[in-house]
Amino acid sequence: MIGDEPHLPYDRPPLSKQVLAGAWEPERIALTPVGRAIDDLALDWRLGVAARSLDLGARKLELSDGSTAGFDGLVIATGARARTLPRQPDLEGIHVLRTLDDCLALRRAFDATPSRVVVVGAGFIGAEVAATARERGFDVTLLEALAVPLQRVLGDTVGALCADIHRDHGVDVRLSTGVSGFVDDGRGQVAGVVLSDGATLPADVVVVGVGVVPNVEWLAGSGLTVDNGVVCDETCLAAPGVVAAGDVACWYNPRLGEAMRVEHWENAQDQGAHAARRLLDARDPYAPVPWFWSDQYDRKIQLAGRSGPGDEVAIVDGSLADRRFVALYGRAGKLVGVLGMNRPRPVMQYRALIANGASWAEALAFAG
Amino acid sequence: MRVVVDFDLCESNALCMKAAPEVFEVRDDDFLYVLQENPPEELRPKVEEAVRRCPKQAITLED
Repeated sequence: MIGDEPHLPYDRPPLSKQVLAGAWEPERIALTPVGRAIDDLALDWRLGVAARSLDLGARKLELSDGSTAGFDGLVIATGARARTLPRQPDLEGIHVLRTLDDCLALRRAFDATPSRVVVVGAGFIGAEVAATARERGFDVTLLEALAVPLQRVLGDTVGALCADIHRDHGVDVRLSTGVSGFVDDGRGQVAGVVLSDGATLPADVVVVGVGVVPNVEWLAGSGLTVDNGVVCDETCLAAPGVVAAGDVACWYNPRLGEAMRVEHWENAQDQGAHAARRLLDARDPYAPVPWFWSDQYDRKIQLAGRSGPGDEVAIVDGSLADRRFVALYGRAGKLVGVLGMNRPRPVMQYRALIANGASWAEALAFAG
Repeated sequence: MRVVVDFDLCESNALCMKAAPEVFEVRDDDFLYVLQENPPEELRPKVEEAVRRCPKQAITLED
């Protein structure tokens, strides 16, 4: 097990929530197999070591500490790293959030009681950080370059509601607003952000949450196909004896009829297990209906399927005003996605409908 | 085996219901109901999957 972080495996979702809030300590997020101790797996751990190159012919990896590792089976699960803004300066007080170390650094910044936290990007990580910061009582400004957060995934109506929920809690949400620069206090500390509308916003903590980039650079020249991640077939195989899983894997999902790369927690778990079984020669395809959740304040957002721009949207249960509802997404006569806000049961039911290829008409009929 | 849910951790993500609907049900009130606290041994693989899938690690199995 080779990992560039110095930690044993841990769970990432609490990094934008409970650990950042100070409610949980890092020990609480350690990953352990069900019913066993991690030591029982008798793994050879190489932590704090990154893979630098892959020689497929020789079946060998070169590692950042100068050592090599030979294999007959390889699982590429190098994940993704936080994207930064163009020309983002190296100033104290500008943070990204991907790793436990990022989280603890940001938590230390929060513990110093910042006068204003600016979150750049209202995707799910940015939104959760904004919620956690707001619940700690800070003045928070949430910037989003699009007119509506997650417009391509949520659509205009649901996306706008997500922005409103932050406003409900007193977050200063600025849509259609990007960052064109940062203000340096002259001592290497960030003092503000310059917005795309020309205004300058004072800030002593800035969190940049503008997505992630798959960690594939180390595979250049390896012979593997890299295109929005490591390209795999429907069984997660990238080359003989080589599989990929999680945020780095771009595999063909036969259930949805497209190649995809998914950055969700459940996928990392399921695809990891599937890829391992593929190495052991199980040939079944990996064909999930993707699912994920986001917790912001007392709202739980769950999204299943694969919604996209231009999808038809129907609110079929509850109401946006109550902040408790189910939205269905349809394309070409089929149900392709479901979003629930504090409606877990119907989300699971519609997820099953998507899995069974339900038509849009069938989905609306189910809604009754 | 005995299924134990920590309801302080449970947030009704309902992945357990998907993995083992014979044992876990999230109802329309958004609460999780454990349908069988002592499920039969043949349900063990599904129940263990539910334990693994819970994003809050809220389920434990006692033997």
